[in-house]
Amino acid sequence: MTPTAGLPDTRGAERAPGLRGWLLMAPLLAWLGAFVIAPTLIMLVYSFCDRDELGQVVFTFSWSNYTRVFDPTYLKILLKSVYYAAITTAICLVVGYPVAYWVGRAPERVRNKLLALIMIPFWTSFLIRTYAWMTILKSEGPLNSLLLYLGMISTPLDILYTPTAVVIGLVYSYLPFMILPIYGSVEKLDNALVEAAFDLGAGPVRAFASVIAPLTRPGIVAGVMLVFIPAIGMFAITDLMGGARVPMIGNVIQNQFGQARDWPFGAALGMTVLLLFAATFWLTTKKDPSAT
Amino acid sequence: MARKLSGMRLLNLLLGGWSGLVFLFLYIPIVLLIVYSFNASKMAIVWEGFSFKWYTALGREALDHVSGTKRSPLVESAINSVTIASIVTVFSVILGTAGAWLLYRYKFPALRSITTLVYIPMIIPEIIMGISLLIFFKAMSLTLGFTTVIISHITFCFPFVLIAVQARLAGVDPALEEAAMDLGATPMKALFLVMVPYMMPAIISGGLMAFTLSLDEVIVTYFTRGPTSETLPLRVYGLAKVGLSPILNTISAVFIVVTVALTVAAESVKGLNK
Repeated sequence: MTPTAGLPDTRGAERAPGLRGWLLMAPLLAWLGAFVIAPTLIMLVYSFCDRDELGQVVFTFSWSNYTRVFDPTYLKILLKSVYYAAITTAICLVVGYPVAYWVGRAPERVRNKLLALIMIPFWTSFLIRTYAWMTILKSEGPLNSLLLYLGMISTPLDILYTPTAVVIGLVYSYLPFMILPIYGSVEKLDNALVEAAFDLGAGPVRAFASVIAPLTRPGIVAGVMLVFIPAIGMFAITDLMGGARVPMIGNVIQNQFGQARDWPFGAALGMTVLLLFAATFWLTTKKDPSAT
Repeated sequence: MARKLSGMRLLNLLLGGWSGLVFLFLYIPIVLLIVYSFNASKMAIVWEGFSFKWYTALGREALDHVSGTKRSPLVESAINSVTIASIVTVFSVILGTAGAWLLYRYKFPALRSITTLVYIPMIIPEIIMGISLLIFFKAMSLTLGFTTVIISHITFCFPFVLIAVQARLAGVDPALEEAAMDLGATPMKALFLVMVPYMMPAIISGGLMAFTLSLDEVIVTYFTRGPTSETLPLRVYGLAKVGLSPILNTISAVFIVVTVALTVAAESVKGLNK
């Protein structure tokens, strides 16, 4: 809350930028134009191009790359990637929401310490955290040793390089990205509203469904986007945890710019993922008509 | 009433218990990795007793590399990473702070579009950013190397500085700057003597964020690096694909400690904001 909220705003911020203002703004705009907009446009151009036998890009116009994206082979991989990303997002939401809620409602002194506990894995390289799971899931690793010792299994489980391992890796890497934005919403939640719901006789389920969830919706939306979108295109975690056995759309894209040397097709796949991203973004941030 | 209260307490207890389990899930792998870095065994995961030998080996490798006795690709990539992250941080801080200040200072119709544009590099899937920049650099016939990695990193790092500073500016009392000018300061003087110090905690925590992000980045770097600009995370990725090794445990442990230190520093600076 700004102390002047509601008062007529007299500060200089209302000024329209003159020539000097635009000159000062120029580096920022130039940077965004050169390294965000231009690359996207060039990728769009490439996605309609062709390539010769040597992998050189031939500038023509054809839809062939896009028809290839919808070839059953690639479509299946794309759908599978969306499916894994959706599972990862769902698990992160179910696992992370209660944590975000509990931390957000904790007394302030404890809250900041707990928040730091979430920030540390958030900032630690996902690569290293994935590597840690490779260590744990190895057939002679600590998880199997523990389960064998407890007598819960008689032969070591082969979890590494399976789809399960991929999901574990994705959930582990993205969980903090779900918890943090929800925490942000929970922290702002007005305690009186929650208490009112309980006082009016709502049980925990009802209070959650009709008061807490709608009020923390912005955090949920942000969390879902921060997990779902990067999870679709992720190739490093799927590579390490799934071996070469669980190819995702990210691995296919990566391959087009590597061994396959088919940049135009890679660009078309990239554009498809970008459209998927834009659609998700639009659907989740669209104003909910039921919210007032 | 009493029954309801105890029900609430029970619910809170359940939530707390669940959160405890999740924290264990988040931390056990990290702690295990650090523990394993002290493992004497050559096999990365069979415990054979406590030892500093992998740290000594890593230290010796670093010394040999620095003194020029024996080139170590690993140490070289670590030096690359720190160099890149430092340059990226300087540029991101300048671009991000200036951007936040100007977006705060001026109001105009395109403001919203520009703000949205700033958010794009933060939320766009990294792989899209990686391949679009790769295609762009090739189309501009730029040789992939340090410059291309640095440009790419600045592009996704500076928005974090911008957002941090913008958040700080959102809470500023306009009287602060006005008072400075009423007391005879020129707009420039008011900016550098009053506003910049006010923004400083956000600038520092944003800068630390940019440094950590650049240091850890894998995907965008994967596409935009050249043969001479291999970074440490990419070297680690290459090694991890081949399999587990004790030296990898050691590097990871060092990496974790560095990240934790940077995070704690960024958070405590941010704490000063209040």
